[in-house]
Amino acid sequence: MKAIRILSRNIRDSFKSVFRNFSLSLASISCITITLIVVAISIVLSINVNRFTELVEKDVTIVAFLDLDVNDNDKQTILEEIKDLTNVEKVEFISKTEIANEMMESSEEFKNIMSEWSEGESPIQDTFQVKVKDIKEIKNTANKIEKIEKVDLVKYGEGMVEQLVSTFDIIRKVSVAAVIALIVVTAFLIVNTIKITIFSRKREIEIMRLVGASNINIKIPFIIEGLILGILGSIIPIITTCYGYTALYDKFGGQLFAEFIKLIEPTPFIYYVSLILVVIGMVVGMFGSLRAVKKYLKI
Amino acid sequence: MDLIVLRNVRKQYKTGVVAIHDLNLNISKGDFVFVIGSTGCGKSTLIKMLYREEKPTSGKIIVGGLDVAKLRNSKVYKLRRKIGVVFQDFKLLNKSTVYENVAFALEVLGSPKDEIHDKVLKALELVGLKHKAKNYPHQLSGGEQQRVAIARAIVNGPKLLICDEPTGNLDANTSMEIMQVLEEINKLGTTIIMVTHDTVIVNKLKKRTILLDSGRILKDYEKGTYVDESNKNTK
Repeated sequence: MKAIRILSRNIRDSFKSVFRNFSLSLASISCITITLIVVAISIVLSINVNRFTELVEKDVTIVAFLDLDVNDNDKQTILEEIKDLTNVEKVEFISKTEIANEMMESSEEFKNIMSEWSEGESPIQDTFQVKVKDIKEIKNTANKIEKIEKVDLVKYGEGMVEQLVSTFDIIRKVSVAAVIALIVVTAFLIVNTIKITIFSRKREIEIMRLVGASNINIKIPFIIEGLILGILGSIIPIITTCYGYTALYDKFGGQLFAEFIKLIEPTPFIYYVSLILVVIGMVVGMFGSLRAVKKYLKI
Repeated sequence: MDLIVLRNVRKQYKTGVVAIHDLNLNISKGDFVFVIGSTGCGKSTLIKMLYREEKPTSGKIIVGGLDVAKLRNSKVYKLRRKIGVVFQDFKLLNKSTVYENVAFALEVLGSPKDEIHDKVLKALELVGLKHKAKNYPHQLSGGEQQRVAIARAIVNGPKLLICDEPTGNLDANTSMEIMQVLEEINKLGTTIIMVTHDTVIVNKLKKRTILLDSGRILKDYEKGTYVDESNKNTK
């Protein structure tokens, strides 16, 4: 009962002091707001870049060409064997007739040449199109597929794929590192701003100690206050993200520069980003207050 | 019975300055004691150790049964709840009303609202400021502010009231008013230790008076026996 009373008073006092020290609170809130906007932009960029690289990587396909003389039984065995490979995500069979039809539709010339072939004369092979789970392992998987009996040839864009993967890997790492660095800088800035505001309330802490408030009792209102500042500070960044990103998405029609650079759909993406922002605000706010108060609790 | 016991207390600051040398002192329950001495004699250090703002380098300090020297930083509040402290600069929360300032000392203990209300008004009545409960500190005179600080210090019924130059910022008349309030509190059973360099007050009140010099007790005048040496010489 006593503890609940103390806690509820702590919460009441936290709200009170946010408003009683409004100019100081405003300084902390603006600092949190500005830095979180920068963080929001970097998160949105980074996640979009990540998504884009993943999409491109997902498009990479291994094509396994089968021997010309395969029968339905052979196809079934090959399919089973490919499916058994651990790195295989999806297998799709495309028959030579389908390929031939597609080619004939694509150009008149093909049509002319191909229509002259008699049954069994066509050099076009049946194929399996394989998507892999982990693109870094694509070479291994391709080799394994090639060893399967009656598989004639395997292609997946060797050389280019590896280069693509390593480039994307670097881009992803850099973008994540940039976001983390920004968050760290943000945390540092916010912690310091809060520290300065609490410094001006050293006297308050001194008085609290004097009248017999336990250390935890002194910390809690400041921690809650940090939490409130964090939440208030993340409001504008969240609004900016939600409206800004949706507007951007609509303006560019969901893609940037070229058709293959697709932006992430605003919902639920903006909600996740908002959640990240408010959590950063809260955690950093609380941590900043705690750090600052602790300094004045030592004798 | 002794409320405060000091045994071989020594305090040396990190700078190497020794503020208190092997000090022994007993103060009984219900006493009113002045601690006087010139600037730098160690009187502030002495009472700071009593409410554990400073820790003695060696020796034993018992306040109300608590071994203050061994008290951990996180447990200091246990001592502070048993004592009240009043300062020269009042140390009030300027953004809180008189009522809130006094209530604050009870709120941190988790007392129920009704109890806080009763006790705060009682304490404010004792110092004669019940009618200013809703004012803010800056709307009060220095003497009134100090009385608020006293009300806050005694609101939870401490056994001991420590006053560090409570009249240091006040004129002679206001000082005497404060002293009347303190005497009143003393009569109700609270032990009071007051550091001061105002010899007029000490002369007038005729209480036990401890004269410190360079961290040692130079003289311990029994109740009513204090005579201002400087006055004596000039007579």
